[in-house]
Amino acid sequence: MNVPTMPLHAITQAAADIRPGATPRELRCEGAWLLRTAAQTETRIEACLGALAQPLDGELLIDATAVTSMDTSGAWLLHRIRRALEIGGRSVHFIGLRPEFEALLGLVATRTAQPAIAPPPLPGMLARIGGNAWEGMLGALGLLSFLGASTNALMRALVQPRRIRWRSILYNLQTAGVAALPITGMLSFLLGIVIAYQGAEQLMRVGANIYIADLVGLSMLRELSPLITAIIVAGRSGSAYAAQIGTMKVTEEVDALRTIGIGPLDLLVLPKVLALMIALPLLTVYTDVMGVLGGMVMARVQLDVGFATFIDRLDDAVSLTSFLIGIGKAPVFAVIIALVGCYQGFQVSGSAESVGHQTTKSVVQSIFLVILADALFSIAFSWLKL
Amino acid sequence: MNNAANTTVTSTPGDVIEIRDLNTRFGAAVVHRDVSLSVRRGEVFALVGGSGCGKSTMLREIIMLQQPVSGSIRVFGQEVIGLSDEQALPLRRRWGVMFERGALFSALTVTENVAMVLREHTCLGAVLIDEIAALKIALAGLPPDAGAKYPSELSGGMRKRAALARALALDPELLFLDEPTAGLDPLSATGLDELVRQLRDALGLTIMMVTHDLDLLWRTADRVAVLGDERILGNGTMQELARSEHAVIREYFHGPRGRGAREQAWNQK
Repeated sequence: MNVPTMPLHAITQAAADIRPGATPRELRCEGAWLLRTAAQTETRIEACLGALAQPLDGELLIDATAVTSMDTSGAWLLHRIRRALEIGGRSVHFIGLRPEFEALLGLVATRTAQPAIAPPPLPGMLARIGGNAWEGMLGALGLLSFLGASTNALMRALVQPRRIRWRSILYNLQTAGVAALPITGMLSFLLGIVIAYQGAEQLMRVGANIYIADLVGLSMLRELSPLITAIIVAGRSGSAYAAQIGTMKVTEEVDALRTIGIGPLDLLVLPKVLALMIALPLLTVYTDVMGVLGGMVMARVQLDVGFATFIDRLDDAVSLTSFLIGIGKAPVFAVIIALVGCYQGFQVSGSAESVGHQTTKSVVQSIFLVILADALFSIAFSWLKL
Repeated sequence: MNNAANTTVTSTPGDVIEIRDLNTRFGAAVVHRDVSLSVRRGEVFALVGGSGCGKSTMLREIIMLQQPVSGSIRVFGQEVIGLSDEQALPLRRRWGVMFERGALFSALTVTENVAMVLREHTCLGAVLIDEIAALKIALAGLPPDAGAKYPSELSGGMRKRAALARALALDPELLFLDEPTAGLDPLSATGLDELVRQLRDALGLTIMMVTHDLDLLWRTADRVAVLGDERILGNGTMQELARSEHAVIREYFHGPRGRGAREQAWNQK
């Protein structure tokens, strides 16, 4: 009857069934008690036990002579029937069960003797708000103490310059700085075009075409170019830092570093912070140039302001202070991006999902903090009348 | 239905796994040259051999994660080489695989790891799925509170047991174990080989494992094949292999570790 090429499960067996037996004290089980048909079996069981309304004390027999096959799920269902019936104060016995099924049922019964532990109930609304607030505060404190630890490591490195890992710094300069040139340059060029284009219409209306240089120069150099560069770098490099350190934590490489006697901060954090503190101001100068270039192109196309005229005006319009203010913000942004990225990397725990979660968090947090810092700078500069 | 140990299905005659003239190459490196072997229903079959001899590769070929160059692999009488994913699905539902490092989904708890398989392949209600998942976790020898934990919170031995629970989720007829005791302390390893034996006896499973662990071999394996030099060097029970004259097999089973394991196994008998 068995053809070897035929998949076994195609051989049909009567589905599992349970029904009242010959006497009111008897139930009959039959068929194949398998996982495949467990859903139907469950409905049959509910129907049968539901019909078994009359209160029965004493002994109840389950005739299982006609059970043809059974797996652990089937055994579990039978075990569940027995448990459900025993709760009513009856004693339940299986009769006619084949020895191997009996053994399986016994195994299931002994293995599940310990009651399953119910998952803790979900916390209420208030508890969740409190929990989140508490976690947020811990996160802020953690970041602050990470800043402290990194500063400490930096101080030690400055005292003993041998500890500074120049190779690693150069490598980070390459990946976070040089490799970011195309994207940052293109975006700020486009930004320059957009600003000039938006400004052009207004300026034309009042016949103040030449002030396009003031508009583009000041807005790019003071605000937009440092900000857009920082945001791109946060997305590019900050996330990479978090993912790299996070993965190293999952694979216990960070622990390995500690046991070898290399501080993870010295090797993983300081070079990144230092490299980014060098790279971000340089990138900002570059995006300044590209942004102004974009504005210049647009000024010529839309407003007939030639390149030479534009540059002459730019010289008068933008003071050195404005340029330096823009560049000066960059190292602060660099520290924020590198520290947040590394900090979130170290917060990774165990799982692959956690790496993704913390990486996302690092980008969101560093962009948020960069913009916040920019706002604080604006307030400070306006107080200082710069 | 003459096999008393087999409780889940009506039996087919012949072997569960049949490999004929299997050839595997990676570029110029030959891994298997005309290898043939078979695994019988209800037995614990072990594939052993030195590192890099192609044990794991063969396992991966049987479970359709890798394609050999030529040859035939039949599982439950069905040729697996060249099967499409769709055709392979019914076959895949009939076996469970426990990977060397567990390969538990790290974003899910142990219970969710097991329940995911059930949810994907059956149409059971959520309550029943949770109950069956809890049962599998208990069968694998984990305490009930392990179900709510994430894989990263488990010890190495517990992770292996959780992986076993997931492999058992669909009540497979055939179980593949890749290095079931690797990286475990002796106590956990002993626990695991007892578990393997118990499961085989209680569930009538056919088990194919790849291992280095001589203790595990002496305690659980019904038949062992030694892989080396691109072919099967020996094939038989542990007693038969222990008497083999083949140099590599002698070295494997009669090295200091091999002797210790055998003495221990005999002392326990």
